[in-house]
Amino acid sequence: MGWLSRTGYLEALSRFFYDLAELSDSMGLKRQPPCPIGSCGTVKVKVGLPSMLVGGVIMDVTSVEQAEIAEDAGAVGVMVLDKLPYDVRRSGGVARMADVKVIEEVMSSITIPVSAKCRIGHYMEAVILERAGVDLIDESEVLTPVDEAHHINKWVFKVPFVNGARELPEALRRISEGASMIRTKGEAGTGNVAEAVRHMKALNNDIRFLASRRGDEEFLRDYARNAKVSYELVKLVADLGRLPVVNFAAGGIATPADAALMMWLGSDGVFVGSGIFKSGDARARAEAIVLATSKWDDPEAVLEAQRMVVEKSAMTGIDVKTLKPEELLQVRGV
Amino acid sequence: MRIGVLALQGDYMDHVEITRKALQTKKVSGGVVLVKDKDSLKSIDAIIIPGGESTVIGRLLERTGMLEELGSIIAGGLPALGTCAGAILMAKKVRDKVAGEVKQPIMGVMSIGVLRNAFGRQRESFEMELEVGGYGRIRAAFIRAPAIVELWGDARELSWFEHPEIGRVAALAVEGSMIASAFHPEITGETLLHEILIDMVKR
Repeated sequence: MGWLSRTGYLEALSRFFYDLAELSDSMGLKRQPPCPIGSCGTVKVKVGLPSMLVGGVIMDVTSVEQAEIAEDAGAVGVMVLDKLPYDVRRSGGVARMADVKVIEEVMSSITIPVSAKCRIGHYMEAVILERAGVDLIDESEVLTPVDEAHHINKWVFKVPFVNGARELPEALRRISEGASMIRTKGEAGTGNVAEAVRHMKALNNDIRFLASRRGDEEFLRDYARNAKVSYELVKLVADLGRLPVVNFAAGGIATPADAALMMWLGSDGVFVGSGIFKSGDARARAEAIVLATSKWDDPEAVLEAQRMVVEKSAMTGIDVKTLKPEELLQVRGV
Repeated sequence: MRIGVLALQGDYMDHVEITRKALQTKKVSGGVVLVKDKDSLKSIDAIIIPGGESTVIGRLLERTGMLEELGSIIAGGLPALGTCAGAILMAKKVRDKVAGEVKQPIMGVMSIGVLRNAFGRQRESFEMELEVGGYGRIRAAFIRAPAIVELWGDARELSWFEHPEIGRVAALAVEGSMIASAFHPEITGETLLHEILIDMVKR
């Protein structure tokens, strides 16, 4: 990606919030996990983890058994959930973080990174997940938000966070709050990749537009003001011509072709939620999506991947247009 | 000089950037090629195996039919640099700190033994300065990193440190024209290992 040598601005922001956190620690709030050697949780270490996941697939799982299938199939990581997004949508009620016991069991049975979701704005769920040893925390709109106005201040954590976004200003606000990775929101649990496509295109169009006007300070300042983020961050994106963190696709990916499409649109990797374990051919589908994501630019390989799955076994999916406005998950936490 | 970067999964773009920088520093004319299939293996003078998930890269190497071929051309003398996951794929012995014995496809070309996830989980991932024997100090990022815990035969360590929990471990090892590092020089922007690789090609 090459932006990692240019994360100076993020590091300055991080230092500021980290110093604040250390101050509160010194006043008796012992929150920071121990660090046996070196400096833990630096910006490079936090932005570096998602960078290692590039070209890979992170799969939603609800049990140790599913996590083992995911690892065997070549997942680059798993996301432990209480219910798959499709079931969250069907069951209604309040969706919260997964059982800590299940997360711990998964962590001790597989060797790849383990992620888990916390509710938007739920600082304590995030503290619990960090303490438990989760490698990446997803502050996710799939769970029921607890704070309609604020997200978690992610700078004070030593583990990286991923946040969803539908467009560039939203992504920049999350990065300003300390997100080390961005994903499209898509519309989770629908098996319909249309919204993820929309979000990825909106984000990339804006980045290209910013890059084309990178010398126009007045324009960049206006953009920053409207997006409610700093000019320095907007300038950084304009200069890099991409986000200063890894950007994955998520929300509705159900087939190898969906995954390859998102890679072609410029994703760095994909999250697959209900798409795998709500299908009738989970093991083969997981392997096929891994292959299509890595070799998306080789039509022969994508064809081979698509041949590995059976369309009749794919999750049926929901047309996003049939969802009522209050059923949309993507409008949560903007 | 054409340096290949294995681009199946992982932070290969960071390696592309740092390799270009190293070529400039060394004033060597050449280019960087992304390696995703067998065909591109034929035209390269060196190979870099990036950081990423070793299980995933190994399985994709197997699926694309490259695992044995890449292993045998590295064993046959193609200069190679493996960082983190790359070091795991090059090692002859691999264990995991939590899961113990692991069954994952590896090339097994270097006489080193690595312990996966040796330093703990992501929250224990760290940055520190390292002394590299004969070259000076560099900044290193260890991200869910393995440790090189065993070396035999012609393999020798270029850098080591004392860890309070697991004791003395090697961070960097060389054997012939192979370099394995437990850390990520591409994340901290250090070109030293890539420069050593370029020197190996020149020899």
